[in-house]
Amino acid sequence: MINYDSLIAKKCREMKPSGIRKFFDLANAREGIISLGVGEPDFQTPWSVRQAAITSLERGRTKYTANKGLADLRKAISGNIQKRIGVEYEPESQIIVTVGGSEGIDIAIRSLVDPGDEVLIVEPCFVCYSPIVSLSGGVPVPIPTRAEDKFKLTPEALKEKISSRTKLLVLPFPNNPTGGIMTRSDLEKIAEVLEGTDILVLSDEIYSSLTYGEKHVSITQIGNMAERTILVDGFSKAYSMTGWRMGYIAAPEPLTSQMLKIHQYAIMCSPTVSQYAAVEALRSCDEDIVKMREEYDQRRRWLVHALNRIGLDCFEPEGAFYAFPSIKRTGLSSERFCEELLDRYSVAVVPGNAFGETGEGHIRISYAYSINHIMTAVERMEKFVKEKTG
Amino acid sequence: MQMDKLLKILKTNARLSVEDLAALAGLSPEETAAKIEGYEKSGVIKGYMAVTAEDFSDTDSVTAFIEVKVTPQAENGFDQIAKTIMSFEEVDSVTLMAGSFDLAVTLSGTNYKEVALFVARRLSTLPGVLSTSTHFVLKRYKESGFVIDGEVADERGLVSP
Repeated sequence: MINYDSLIAKKCREMKPSGIRKFFDLANAREGIISLGVGEPDFQTPWSVRQAAITSLERGRTKYTANKGLADLRKAISGNIQKRIGVEYEPESQIIVTVGGSEGIDIAIRSLVDPGDEVLIVEPCFVCYSPIVSLSGGVPVPIPTRAEDKFKLTPEALKEKISSRTKLLVLPFPNNPTGGIMTRSDLEKIAEVLEGTDILVLSDEIYSSLTYGEKHVSITQIGNMAERTILVDGFSKAYSMTGWRMGYIAAPEPLTSQMLKIHQYAIMCSPTVSQYAAVEALRSCDEDIVKMREEYDQRRRWLVHALNRIGLDCFEPEGAFYAFPSIKRTGLSSERFCEELLDRYSVAVVPGNAFGETGEGHIRISYAYSINHIMTAVERMEKFVKEKTG
Repeated sequence: MQMDKLLKILKTNARLSVEDLAALAGLSPEETAAKIEGYEKSGVIKGYMAVTAEDFSDTDSVTAFIEVKVTPQAENGFDQIAKTIMSFEEVDSVTLMAGSFDLAVTLSGTNYKEVALFVARRLSTLPGVLSTSTHFVLKRYKESGFVIDGEVADERGLVSP
């Protein structure tokens, strides 16, 4: 018998499975669940995008593309970034088309982190940063954010965690799971701290098209920050294209040229059909984004209002499609809350600590669902909260 | 011009409480109530009804869709004839169309014969009506944004990061 455990690389063996995975298994084992647990849009990918993919298949465009992606797509991405945030990236040398934003995060971290390097990670956050840093031999250093600060990164919290070994700051805004955003003035304060250091920034802006009220501001727009920033964005959330696996990286050439090597060897190129679809998304789907955003915004307003009404204090999220209410009043831990809610009322939400220890005492509720669906789930949650706080 | 947010929400669900409507539309409950009252009084909102998914085979009702070609009149174009047609109780809707016919008329009757007789005796004999073409509804799949037949499954997993 082979002892597989002894053969698995230590870094992989020690990697903890995502807390979400555990909850996924729990929820999946049951019938009739009403879920508010997913991290992907509920809308269909716009029809013109699907049509473009069909056309590309009909024309037999099924070969590899250039490693960094179709020239037309990189040009369109460059134009789109310029249009949205006014920052210029050279399509030929400063943009790489990646397999979702996830691959962008992976190659950014792997190209930068040497063993012992510290990576500051703003928490609560998406689940992948810390494991990838560890896999590279780096040291993840969480920076907690708080509901009182609207889950923003403050310059004080940042300064406190910077050391001589700090290599990179992961800045994930608009934020999954909190819905927090960083305004221009918030970012200016962060830029001030970073100015004059050698710390680079990985700005994960995958939810950039989903902000409510304030228009999204990227840290690349502030001062000289673009020269130290790897911008990650993509098509999954903006165009409801999660399954197409289309993302991109925009960064200074000395960084992209290094990341491109990992991308070349590990991936070759992003899926060709998806790349043709993405060109169409950028060409014709601005209005679809507006429509989806309006719909999310309605649900957001209702949900935040309802959560506060039923006794789950919720700060007003201004981005992404999540609410992150506090459950402290129930006296339960995040996991216990979610397990009992699932058990008793068949509603699935995600425990806040799945997104970092700082998330303890909160739950993530996704509003990427129809309003009727959300209303039914919240009605059940209300009964549960009443029992617990009664 | 964009349709008013509140009106748009009411068109998908008119039975929500004023509080819910207000939260969805980003208005205060008072503003919301006042706006709805305004719509009702001014006639922007004509009424409220349920979208039902009755089984056609179970009910004594047939619905027909009739393409009507007419001669427009010098003074009032299509209005006069449209008003005459909509005055029949059996008629559910009358719409002026661009394309190969002029008026789209939907109507319901208890059986095919009743509808056929209505078209033959009352509709096609109206002065100005040049021709009619009657189509019977067999099955509704989607109406007013609601899926009537067949479920739309959520193919996403229950929980994902």
